[in-house]
Amino acid sequence: MLKIRNLHAKIEGKEILRGIDLDVKAGEIHAIMGPNGSGKSTLASVLAGNEAFEVVEGSVEFNGKDLLDLSPEDRAREGFFLSFQYPVEIPGVSMTNFMRTALNEQKKYRGEAALSASDFLKLMRDRKQLVDIDSDLTNRSVNEGFSGGEKKKNEIFQMAMLDPKLAILDETDSGLDIDALRIVANGVNKLRRPDNATILITHYQRLLDHIVPDFVHVLYKGKIVKSAGKELAYELEKNGYDWIKQEME
Amino acid sequence: MQLSEHDISLQRLFAENRELIEKDAAPGVNAAREGAMEAFSKLGIPSSKVEAYKYTNLQAWFKAGYTQAYGLNGATSEALKQFECNVHELDSYTLFTVNGKFVAGSNVEALPDGVEAGSFAELSKKYPELLKRYYGSLAKVEEDGFVALNTLFATDGIFIYVPKGKVVEKPIQVVNVLTGEQDLMVNQRNLIVVEEQAQARVLFCDHTMSMSRFVVNTVTEGHVAESAMLDFYNLQNQHNGTVQVGAYHFDQAARSLLNANYFTLHTGVARNNIFSRLGGPHAENHISGLYVIDKNQHVDNFSFINHAVPDCESNELFKGVMDDASTGAFTGRILVAPDAQRTNAYQSNNNLLLTENAKMNTRPQLEIYADDVKCSHGATVGQLDENAMFYLRARGISKEEANILLMYAFAYEVIEKIQVPALKEQIRELVEKRFRGELDKCDSCVVCGQLGTGRAKSE
Amino acid sequence: MASEQDKLLEEVTNREYQYGFHSDIDMDVLPKGLNEEVIREISRRKQEPEFMLEFRLDAYRKWLQMESPDWAHLKIPKIDFQDIIYYAAPKKKPQLNSMDEVDPELRATFDKLGIPLDEQKILAGVAVDAIIDSVSVKTTFRETLAEKGIIFCSFSEAAREYPDLVKKYLGTVVPSGDNFFAALNSAVFSDGSFVFIPKGVRCPMELSSYFRINTMNTGQFERTLIVAEDDSYVSYLEGCTAPMRDENQLHAAVVEIVTLDRAEVKYSTVQNWYPGNKEGKGGIYNFVTKRGICKGDYSKISWTQVETGSAITWKYPSCVLMGNNTVGEFYSVALTNNYQQADTGTKMIHLGKNTRSLIVSKGISAGKSQNSYRGLVKVSKKADNARNFSQCDSLLLGDKCGAHTFPYLEINNPSAKVEHEATTSKIGEDQIFYCNQRGIDTEDAVGLIVNGYVKEVINQLPMEFAVEAQKLLQISLEGSVG
Repeated sequence: MLKIRNLHAKIEGKEILRGIDLDVKAGEIHAIMGPNGSGKSTLASVLAGNEAFEVVEGSVEFNGKDLLDLSPEDRAREGFFLSFQYPVEIPGVSMTNFMRTALNEQKKYRGEAALSASDFLKLMRDRKQLVDIDSDLTNRSVNEGFSGGEKKKNEIFQMAMLDPKLAILDETDSGLDIDALRIVANGVNKLRRPDNATILITHYQRLLDHIVPDFVHVLYKGKIVKSAGKELAYELEKNGYDWIKQEME
Repeated sequence: MQLSEHDISLQRLFAENRELIEKDAAPGVNAAREGAMEAFSKLGIPSSKVEAYKYTNLQAWFKAGYTQAYGLNGATSEALKQFECNVHELDSYTLFTVNGKFVAGSNVEALPDGVEAGSFAELSKKYPELLKRYYGSLAKVEEDGFVALNTLFATDGIFIYVPKGKVVEKPIQVVNVLTGEQDLMVNQRNLIVVEEQAQARVLFCDHTMSMSRFVVNTVTEGHVAESAMLDFYNLQNQHNGTVQVGAYHFDQAARSLLNANYFTLHTGVARNNIFSRLGGPHAENHISGLYVIDKNQHVDNFSFINHAVPDCESNELFKGVMDDASTGAFTGRILVAPDAQRTNAYQSNNNLLLTENAKMNTRPQLEIYADDVKCSHGATVGQLDENAMFYLRARGISKEEANILLMYAFAYEVIEKIQVPALKEQIRELVEKRFRGELDKCDSCVVCGQLGTGRAKSE
Repeated sequence: MASEQDKLLEEVTNREYQYGFHSDIDMDVLPKGLNEEVIREISRRKQEPEFMLEFRLDAYRKWLQMESPDWAHLKIPKIDFQDIIYYAAPKKKPQLNSMDEVDPELRATFDKLGIPLDEQKILAGVAVDAIIDSVSVKTTFRETLAEKGIIFCSFSEAAREYPDLVKKYLGTVVPSGDNFFAALNSAVFSDGSFVFIPKGVRCPMELSSYFRINTMNTGQFERTLIVAEDDSYVSYLEGCTAPMRDENQLHAAVVEIVTLDRAEVKYSTVQNWYPGNKEGKGGIYNFVTKRGICKGDYSKISWTQVETGSAITWKYPSCVLMGNNTVGEFYSVALTNNYQQADTGTKMIHLGKNTRSLIVSKGISAGKSQNSYRGLVKVSKKADNARNFSQCDSLLLGDKCGAHTFPYLEINNPSAKVEHEATTSKIGEDQIFYCNQRGIDTEDAVGLIVNGYVKEVINQLPMEFAVEAQKLLQISLEGSVG
């Protein structure tokens, strides 16, 4: 589904990603871990098409298409979803209007008919239930005045609405209390299917207690320096990142 | 100062047509012309060298060459025929002016007892004591050449009188139409008096219905007495051959409330002079505006909030979106008089520039002579938030659509200030249409349901 | 509480000007009045090259055609420009090698002012170009600076010794016809400082110049020119005091700064000229034109000013951001008391791409004074990605003063991000009470709060100046709570 080869990316002239290789297949859950500043969030931003980053080398193939060639919106319409580490507040744009626009643009891209207002509202209700989110969140402006936890839950709700093929959850667990963490994790687990995949970017083991990954990768100084099964996460939890650093230097 | 050639020709024009101008006007209105002439000979039409008009030079437009709208120029019957106005959503009392003259009212007979809404020429004769008390009391001829010019030429407009304790629930909608085959200068005069504990909502819609050039100089004076409430809306939707100077002078007594909103959605050159005096303790006002302009349109909102007494509060918010080669200007002067203690005054002006040829000049000003105050102003000029843009695109929303969503979101705060739900909904739609480019050259007015005529040639 | 505050306020308003003394140095003075002959005489006495005289005469002719500006929020009494002495020089023209040769009277003056000269120079670590009225009498650290190729001398000397440099840059930032007072200065300027930092040199010390207006009825018209070549850096300090006088004295200085590629100039002013007495009589009229041009890419000019003196201040230190990626900064504290009037601020003119400017202005009004911030941020059509942030706060002490803010934002490029914020409020009674409750009396509390309020600006000053500035504010403010 996703094939990253030798990906290098810069921001303001500084190289953050220095040759990433990663394969994600349908049905898999990958966790990318690593110390602060290792390039985890940069990888997510580059894949989503944030223009602040410049890709200097490498390729990314997503379901047979050159992902780097697509605009951010076309990546989304192809089924790529990023749960933002810091979801943006957009006062004045209602959640309902926002989601309807996003969903219908996706449908248009795929040559499907737009949802009627009633079908859309039904879908909203249904997805809210699925991910267990308070209904009043969707009556407000996008993320405006949301608490940290509410913002993250709202990201998962959007993921449920847009039903992506590949979702990257960028530090979705940071700043969550235990209830919010459970809701987020349940949402992700419920949305899991054999034909979609998830990448969890996280600093801690905590989220991985609730969402069990098939693979764990350690990102350090812009490279994946270690890949293994879920047991790697426990090792990192127990011993921290220092041993990796020592191994590398 | 030295009067320009145009100023002198305007003076001559007045002298030549004085009889015609004064024929149907109230004695009080005619009596004010002497002072207006004297003031105008000192001030003339202000050039951009006059600090208040620094960003808008109107001298070139105001000249005697235009036909003056003393009468209706035969446009009445034609215009009236089109005024089978069916305001679908907005349940209102409706008044119409054509080229500055009151022509008709619909549904006005249903106004509460004692409430008057109609022709300024007629009602100013019917209520000479109101005229005497209020006419020219706020819009002073010696302070602005345009007020002097208006006072010199004014014959008609709208007069609204809400006596003590009367509450007018439905909005009073005034549709100001400019039409006719000739290029025209209009000096419309309006007076709004809302007495103690009375309440009213007044909506002015400014339109053009023919392709002629219109040069408009309108003065509105509004008095909001003790514990009275006035919601005032101005919606400007005119073709880009229109040059309009609109002065809105409000005075507020103790515990009164004024909400005033100024929407400029389409125009040629627009200058709003927005004066609001808080003249009694615990008076409060909320003044807001939205200007969405493109092509080479020019909008200049000049506001002056005068805290003359202690314990008042003012909130001011103006937002603008400038596209193409349009130019926006804003001046927000807040004056806190000596001894106007415990004043709260807030002001904000935010602007979006969409193209490299669009311009914005903004001057927020605080002038404060009392110490126990909380005053602030802020001004920004910038673009749509890049992070929000990326967020929307990352959800699959196209750049164009994201642009419209974010522009709308930018304007939202101003639209939210509208107190009449039906009107809010209509303006909301209108603004969204404007952003989608579906509302151009004033083809229609959504609010009053009127069809207009576009002015094809760009100015 | 109120009466106690009134008492404290009274105490402050009654405070006499601490620097009010008059030194009796033998002066060489031209008669009052201004005409072409006076200008020729000034130029002659200063042994100036021909181009200087031409510059002066050209400016004078322009000045004759101009009118005194009236747009500021100031009430300026009519000035009789023929009633002013345009040149005064100490008669004993000192060519001094050590402190011992300095006129004892003059040294006493310096001592009273606390100017660090030879004896204090190590202690203070400051090179001083001290100006008494019009002629520079002493320059220290010249040799140290000369080793690095830095020129730091009086303007008259520069005109004689480095005519090519002066000719190249004089009037390029502030043209002689720029405004009424700049034109007057260009015609009659008596002296000032010249600073030249060559390529790649970081000036190792703060350069400092003290100005004093001394002779009765002497207009002071200094001229300062600072040129920083590629990759150079200098921090320049200007401090001003003037003795007490009954008549108003006119001060119309011009400062020009040019920075080339990657150069940085920091210009700091502490101004505490005589503000007049508590009835508003006397005091200096301070009408100054200060402007810097960031000519080279990546260069930076930073203005910091602490203005506590003068009866009338009319001053807008500005930055023309001409090179790409240039930076302009303006940090200001303006304090007015009694009948003082100040109309001060800055202009940030964005011309190059990726230019940035920052404005931090803190106004404090007390007594019956009027204090205005006036600023312009202009982004020209070609100035892509310009950024500006302005914060202009006003603090009111007492209910008879005024605080005003007049920013102008003129934006002609859509990629600009310009933000202006301003607040006006009185000093927080709850803050004072909180301090009182902790055992701090009101007078000290006000000082404490005001010092906190202006901290952002004071922090920009070099250490020695920061201390002096804080002291000045304290003196002017103790107890000014109304």
